[in-house]
Amino acid sequence: MVEFLRRDVPRDMVVEWMPGAKIMPTTDNTLDEILSLAAAHFKVPREKLTPDGDFFKALGIDSLQALDLLTRLEHHFRIELPDYELQGVSDFRTLAQRIQARL
Amino acid sequence: MNEFKGQAISWQIVNGAIELALHREPCNEIGSGTLEELETFAATLPELAREAHALIIHSTLKAGFSAGADLRELYEGSRGMDKQEAVRGVREFLRRIHGVMNTLDAAPLTTIAAVHGVTFGGGFELALVCDIIIADRMARFCFPELRLGLIPGFGGIPRLKRDLGNAVVRDLLMTGRSFNVMKAQQVGLVSQIAAEGEALRLARATAVQVGKFDRRTASAAKEFMKPIPYEELKREIEIFCELFAQPAVEEGLRKFVENEGVQPYLP
Repeated sequence: MVEFLRRDVPRDMVVEWMPGAKIMPTTDNTLDEILSLAAAHFKVPREKLTPDGDFFKALGIDSLQALDLLTRLEHHFRIELPDYELQGVSDFRTLAQRIQARL
Repeated sequence: MNEFKGQAISWQIVNGAIELALHREPCNEIGSGTLEELETFAATLPELAREAHALIIHSTLKAGFSAGADLRELYEGSRGMDKQEAVRGVREFLRRIHGVMNTLDAAPLTTIAAVHGVTFGGGFELALVCDIIIADRMARFCFPELRLGLIPGFGGIPRLKRDLGNAVVRDLLMTGRSFNVMKAQQVGLVSQIAAEGEALRLARATAVQVGKFDRRTASAAKEFMKPIPYEELKREIEIFCELFAQPAVEEGLRKFVENEGVQPYLP
């Protein structure tokens, strides 16, 4: 199931597995998906991205590209992530926690 | 003047639709230069409208539709100036931009904003004057003015209130957060979502469709459905000018202009 969750498919297509039960993705799953999405979009080798790394530096992005990343993450996880929750956030792990709190 | 190529905007008529392109780097900040060209466009609109049935407003810049008012120009232009004189200058700028916005809002054409990327502040307000907003899936909408100690000044609140529920308007204003396109469509702001890079194409297709109907009927329907809140717009200018006189605003503008952080667009 973990492998299944790692694929780049919308979350609501994979979490239902039996009536009334939902598999909640873990923060690790979420973190993994963020790293994969960021690496693919900004064309950075996945292995160069680390959970505690500064994503502005690792991805070489500015504030406009950070907004682009935010939008892609919102679309991918089908959530709203208000910008103010990202104020001061610059590492992937904290970003994953913020997203996890809205799944 | 069926075609115009300026420093900040250009226009031409394509298949019966006026295409007004914004192209002032870095992200179509609206300052006095853009305002002058927009005024020229507004003055030319009656002539253009004789040969067109629709108006499409779009940006040719990758960063987005528009980041809003040129805050750098506002800061530099009012810094160290006598407060009353600075407020007079701002009031005059607002009076002129409201003139343009009201003309576009009331244009006897179907107006379409094809937006992508950053659609913030004054850029958002420019989209709000249009009858239809078609948004690229990567578009984001935001009113960050409160962090400067101001309210939107180009007609934002009255026009948002016209189109959306007050609760959503308050959320946008009070938090200064940005909305993605799914949220914008969910609350009734955006009517069509385009794939990345496709908003202008969808706007052109929509313009062709609206051109099939009788112009006078379309204008009558528009006037009936989309009244212009003139009194609230005037009140907005007054509130903006009252707030602009506060010392905190100059400090807020200074911080914004001097901000070299990686997240200046995040409220």
